[in-house]
Amino acid sequence: MSISRRHLLLLLPAAAVAWKHVLAGTPESSPNYTMSQHWWGMLIDLPKCIGCGNCVRACQAENDVPDGYFRTWVERYHVSDYDIENPVVDSPDGGKKGFPPAKEESGKNFFVPKLCNHCVESPCTQVCPVGATFVSPDGVVLVDKQYCLGCRYCVQACPYGCRFINPKTDTAEKCTLCYHRITKGLTTACCENCPTGARQLADLKNPKDPIHEFLKTHSVQVLKPNMATHAKVFYAGLDGSVR
Amino acid sequence: MRDTEHSGLGTASCIQLTATSEPEGGRASLRRARSSTGTTMHAFKDSGHLFRLAAVFVAGILVFLVLRGFLVPKSFGQYGHYRGNAMAEIAARPVNFAGHETCETCHADVLDKKKDGKHAHVNCEACHGPLAKHADDPASVQPPKLDTAVLCVRCHEANAAKPKTFPQVASADHSTGLPCDTCHQPHSPVIGGGAK
Repeated sequence: MSISRRHLLLLLPAAAVAWKHVLAGTPESSPNYTMSQHWWGMLIDLPKCIGCGNCVRACQAENDVPDGYFRTWVERYHVSDYDIENPVVDSPDGGKKGFPPAKEESGKNFFVPKLCNHCVESPCTQVCPVGATFVSPDGVVLVDKQYCLGCRYCVQACPYGCRFINPKTDTAEKCTLCYHRITKGLTTACCENCPTGARQLADLKNPKDPIHEFLKTHSVQVLKPNMATHAKVFYAGLDGSVR
Repeated sequence: MRDTEHSGLGTASCIQLTATSEPEGGRASLRRARSSTGTTMHAFKDSGHLFRLAAVFVAGILVFLVLRGFLVPKSFGQYGHYRGNAMAEIAARPVNFAGHETCETCHADVLDKKKDGKHAHVNCEACHGPLAKHADDPASVQPPKLDTAVLCVRCHEANAAKPKTFPQVASADHSTGLPCDTCHQPHSPVIGGGAK
């Protein structure tokens, strides 16, 4: 097909208008949601976790997480009485299919669910060279799939190992705190499906959220506080051996 | 080469020595230098080069600004160093788990059965799976039938890492392979806890 000069001159403005629409992106999908009124985090009440793997399965069903990759996973710790510094940790298939019987019943055995900590000072967003990952105004660390180059800097930077490269899209992926659900007034898929209530979504800006009462009356901890990431996933009853 | 010829003329100044080695430019500067030996002495005879350089810079900046205007998305920088529309795109993803409140709008009878039992706080889709499609179109999308022999042990199989207060059984000894709903009704699991 040959294009005359006249046709090209007509096509160029049309292409410019079309490109403008591409750049404009999709319009706001949650009209009743105001970002500035929320500050999201999560509470994990460890003594309630039974290691059933419902959260892992729910996350994969909700977010199309490829097999063998995890946005959330459950670890089982075994801490012997005389060596608290070196716990034995296992997480077969991320805990998706539950856990086999413990090898050793002496000492301490317990489960620790893990996910993105949605850090306020997140190391992963600081290293992104193109502005593809960011902390949203409501406190959720997100990845812009269209901007991500797949350079893997963020995967290396996350101290909690919460990011991976999606083998299909070759872009970085991580827990979005079910951003598509929480902006519609629902809770996250993992919290919705936790049978014991060990995981609870927390809106730290909502004065009516039960998280405030919980934080006042319980001892809570974040993972790797020495990294000064200001993590927003709070663990109640966290053992000192957890890394 | 040309520079040495110029200097041989005697009238050339130091500035001329640094002039361009192009034949045209060389001649032009030579002419200006000759005239400058007359009445007025210019402070900088080759200012034309500077104007040309400045014009190249200005053109470069203009091209950069125009390209930037076209290529950088409008919402980039709206909230920070990222594309503001990315959040709306992530939020536009469809929901797979409808949420227990949606289930309860139709299945109030099940809610009644659950409310006094041990499973009162277990949400519907924790066992029944993602059913947003069923909630959208209850007639044509039916939830799959569950196998209690597989389902219940996910939570209740004995494991040393589970909290001691959580009800656990070694399923092989406890039920000898029978499905759990032979005795227990999942919505209110105490034996004799009413119909399914």
